[in-house]
Amino acid sequence: MPVLRSRLDSEAAEYSANRSAMLALLSEIETLLASAAAGGGPRATERLISRGKLPVRQRISLLVDRDSPFLELSPLAGYGTNYAIGGGLVLGIGAVSGTECVILGNDPTVLGGAITAISMRKIDRGLEVARQNHMPYVQFVESAGGDLRGGGGTGDIEAQLRANLTHFSDTGRMFHDITELSGIGVPTVSVVFGSSTAGGAYQPGLSDYNIFVREQAKVFLGGPPLVKMATGEDSDDEELGGAEMHATTSGLADYLAEDEAEAIRMARDVIAHLHWRKLGPGPSEPADPPLYDADELLGLIPVDLRRPMDVREVIARIADGSRFEEFKRRYGPTLVCGWASIHGFPVGILGNNGVLFSDSSQKAGQFIQLCNQIDTPLVFLQNVTGYIVGRDYERGGMVKHGSQMINALSNSTVPHVTVILGASYGAGNYGMGGRAFDTRFVFLWPTAKIAVMGPAQMAGVMSIVRRAQAARKGDPLDEELEELRTKGAEEIAERMSLALYATGRVVDDGIIDPRDTRTVVAMALSACHSNTVRGTDRFGVFRL
Amino acid sequence: MSRIARLLVANRGEIARRVMRSASAMGISTVAVYSEGDRSAPFVAEADAAFALGGRSAADSYLSSGRLLEAAERTGSDAVHPGYGFLSESAEFAEAVIDAGLIWVGPPPRVIRVMGDKLEAKKLMSAAGVPTLDADPGSLSLPVIVKAAGGGGGKGMRVVERAEKLEDALAAARREAESAFGNGKVFLEPYLHGARHVEVQVLGDRHGNVVHCFERECSVQRRHQKIIEESPSPALDSALREEMGRVAVTAARAVGYESAGTVEFLLDAAGRYFFLEMNTRIQVEHPVTEAVTGLDLVREQLRVALGLPLGFAQKDVGLTGHAIEARLYAEDPAHDFLPATGRLEVFEAPLWPRVRVDSGVEQGSEVSIEFDPMLAKVIAHAPKREEAALSLALALDRFRIAGLVTNRDYLVAVLRSEPFLAGDTTTDFVDRVLLERRRAASGRQVADAAVASALWAAARRRAGAPVLGGLPPGWRNSAMPPERVGFEHSEVGEVLVEYRARRDGSFLVRAGGEELSVVVVATSGDSIDLEMGERRLTWRLTVAGRRYFAVHAGLEIELDELSRFPEAVAADDVAGGLAAPMPGKVTAVPAELGAMVEEGQLLVVVEAMKMEHRIVAPRRGVVTEVRVCAGAQVESGDILVIVETEAGRG
Repeated sequence: MPVLRSRLDSEAAEYSANRSAMLALLSEIETLLASAAAGGGPRATERLISRGKLPVRQRISLLVDRDSPFLELSPLAGYGTNYAIGGGLVLGIGAVSGTECVILGNDPTVLGGAITAISMRKIDRGLEVARQNHMPYVQFVESAGGDLRGGGGTGDIEAQLRANLTHFSDTGRMFHDITELSGIGVPTVSVVFGSSTAGGAYQPGLSDYNIFVREQAKVFLGGPPLVKMATGEDSDDEELGGAEMHATTSGLADYLAEDEAEAIRMARDVIAHLHWRKLGPGPSEPADPPLYDADELLGLIPVDLRRPMDVREVIARIADGSRFEEFKRRYGPTLVCGWASIHGFPVGILGNNGVLFSDSSQKAGQFIQLCNQIDTPLVFLQNVTGYIVGRDYERGGMVKHGSQMINALSNSTVPHVTVILGASYGAGNYGMGGRAFDTRFVFLWPTAKIAVMGPAQMAGVMSIVRRAQAARKGDPLDEELEELRTKGAEEIAERMSLALYATGRVVDDGIIDPRDTRTVVAMALSACHSNTVRGTDRFGVFRL
Repeated sequence: MSRIARLLVANRGEIARRVMRSASAMGISTVAVYSEGDRSAPFVAEADAAFALGGRSAADSYLSSGRLLEAAERTGSDAVHPGYGFLSESAEFAEAVIDAGLIWVGPPPRVIRVMGDKLEAKKLMSAAGVPTLDADPGSLSLPVIVKAAGGGGGKGMRVVERAEKLEDALAAARREAESAFGNGKVFLEPYLHGARHVEVQVLGDRHGNVVHCFERECSVQRRHQKIIEESPSPALDSALREEMGRVAVTAARAVGYESAGTVEFLLDAAGRYFFLEMNTRIQVEHPVTEAVTGLDLVREQLRVALGLPLGFAQKDVGLTGHAIEARLYAEDPAHDFLPATGRLEVFEAPLWPRVRVDSGVEQGSEVSIEFDPMLAKVIAHAPKREEAALSLALALDRFRIAGLVTNRDYLVAVLRSEPFLAGDTTTDFVDRVLLERRRAASGRQVADAAVASALWAAARRRAGAPVLGGLPPGWRNSAMPPERVGFEHSEVGEVLVEYRARRDGSFLVRAGGEELSVVVVATSGDSIDLEMGERRLTWRLTVAGRRYFAVHAGLEIELDELSRFPEAVAADDVAGGLAAPMPGKVTAVPAELGAMVEEGQLLVVVEAMKMEHRIVAPRRGVVTEVRVCAGAQVESGDILVIVETEAGRG
């Protein structure tokens, strides 16, 4: 297989500028990760420990196989919202007793582990990852229940009502999904470390295996006050839903653990007895490291996203042995397609080297079909400002050709893993394995910018529209105001396009350090291989 | 002239291997015999053929003359070499071998018999003009040493300093001699303070030729058993050497000696020497003589047994340089040299300095209570005595041994001590020269061993991981706690190691209150090579269950990994099961099935290492199972009885 030769000049001034910009972004992210790990803060954590309990990250560390990697998903969920960074919940993929599992744990130091709009998204995402990839699901439950505060504040009630577009009817999908997992043969394990009451009682209720910690787990539909109000009966927590009661009387608990460590050991034993066999073929190629240093990925991506970057430089630093067999190198050169392997997993890689044209779109459509023909997962490396616009291109059938690419992508059944390196604008985001296209995993480099179009273009377009409106009506235009509006629009668009904004809203699986790209993609691919890896020959009608 | 085609070696361990080595070099095929406990011993595997004697004890195996002769017949052997110990000095066995039409590799039974009775031997020697030490029965002058007439090897020997102790000493020595040699006859000899044990190697053939191969000094002894031997003796000048050699030849001639033998003398501070006894066999310490003379003493024994004349005369026997042998024992010098048993988890001789290692064990061998716990003889040969002593000490230091307590540290301390280097070696050396008997590991070294064990185990887990094995160890993309592993060390206590892999492949490690950067240079199935800060350390590692054996630079550190989780209590035989603390023999089982027992009540008695171990009920409960009966042989960890408490098992 051909080996890529890097042309990167790590002595260049541009390289070091890129690198320092990237390091600054990474340092900000590191700070945020530390604050996510701090959960509800040192006092809440101390109180937890003083009660003989373990912080959620220690629980997870004990659960996963020693020295094995753990990929946390959406660790910065909630960033830039009214909720705590991390969303009071840790979600990730790790090996337990030699089996890759989706692991989810409430952080009881954050709002008592209450389910918020953010943690709900993470739970739903965790269940989705388990379902799509056929991976056993382990949840550590300790939750005060639903966050009834509505996430709002004081102020104009009418305005709040109008602003709120969520509804209770839209919740509860997690109960469906956890049951569905069991139904499709994916075992679900709940370890209950504390409260899991009211609706939360159904979390263990719907799980295949329940492990309750003695004198900690509390699982009931209604607590003592509610029971008193409803039936006049006097009762206490232990009688209503204590671990011992559930293990000996109700039968809701399958395993009674004396303490948290024992509960975690029991969870490991349960996963061990599954004798889980992954359905995918697994890695098959030599997994030798790339020839080029991953550290150089820090200086690759230009600070100014308008400047070009050869995506092959990225491939040369993530593919096994920097091997890359390029497909249609001379046709549609703004999209680089070819075959490689990452930690032994064979993949087809699609990486942007500029705007998508008709030829590059058609090339993508063909390449996606070829990978489906040979059951090979796809890796998308996004750095795209969109599909080309302009008179000649429209006349040349750009919409048809872009649609061919989207058709191939949408109907493709091999796993897709996307890394957004830089620009991810407009339909480029969709066509290159965007979140909305059932992509198994989407990760962002800190430099990622996702939006319908570039902030300046966006603000400029809106300004043109406003000017046209004013001209139509014959209204005079307040140039000063227009400038302010345009500037404001650009700033909002810019900030909304940032990686942190996206990751705070759980529309990706997390921002990664570029140096970790190979590891992260390999873990994602390994997760995908938990399920069958099969392509299709059934695509929609290609508008030729 | 007759030939030996097939030689049966009626012995075990290092001497069996030693004899087979010379026999093989002479083109003689070898037959090993072995007891049940020696089934996996290296000497069995190395022989051309092997015969299972059955039996666990020496009496049921290597001391069973009948079984040995049966083995010789069934394997078509035509000669028997007895090695040392066991039946090597049994005139009856020698006779039975000869009567069976086989060649006996040793002196004639008549000689063995005469020399076997120490009192008779002394009379004979005295008559031949060899100086002997005799207690005057009329006026007993103390101190005296009580010795068994029928035995050797220090058994039954007792030094009596005060008259009122004599009666007891005689009685005890008689009892011990009776049980060890079947002959309760004992005698007294004056005990000389500050004397040396000097012995002369002799070789004789059937044609009347007798030569000596110079002396060996074996003064460094514990419990009347030698631990360091050398040739030549630092106490002899050439005149005395020549004289003692000549006297030894006279002694050998006086009994018509054939084959290899040793005439033992006591040499006092004034240079006077006295005949003690003659050993009619190959000696444990024969390699030092081989080193300085260049002879192969086993080969000579075999040639003499074939009736060949010695191929050389006295003038041809030269003495080159200085050789010292140290006997490496599984024993605890810090506790009165008590023998140790167990599994030899690590056993590796150094590549350099080059020394001769005669060993009967290998890595993984079990050292049992049945036989002598000598692990190896290590012999250094150098132009000068000091060089031999220091290179032997360095070699011993570089041995990698784990799993058992050994006398290695003590041997090294002796060899490097000024009195030893000055040649000030007398039989009371061990008591007179106070030396460190066991090196204690420092807290820093234990922490280092814990780090090495943790990272070695991590590498092994990564290598064996069924999924994600190729990914960086312990990789994280968020702020997660580091990997934690706790160990327990018998002296230092608990050691916690925390480590986190860094992107460059190094580890950030916190252990023993220190944080440092560690680079794993290389790991293998049994070692790890580390850079800890600026220090480069290579550890030899092995693990058995939760116990890690970390060996580095003559230091052996045992660490028990602490469980991250409470132990799973699943199997019935764990809950409430009381296990044997060490291998031994069950001598009494007061526990009765179904009986209610109180906390502390005696259930089983296990005798091991000549000590009684009492297994008592840990709490009030009912005996629900009794798995052993009196007389049973048990291994360490075997469940003996199960006591179920009222609140459930355990």
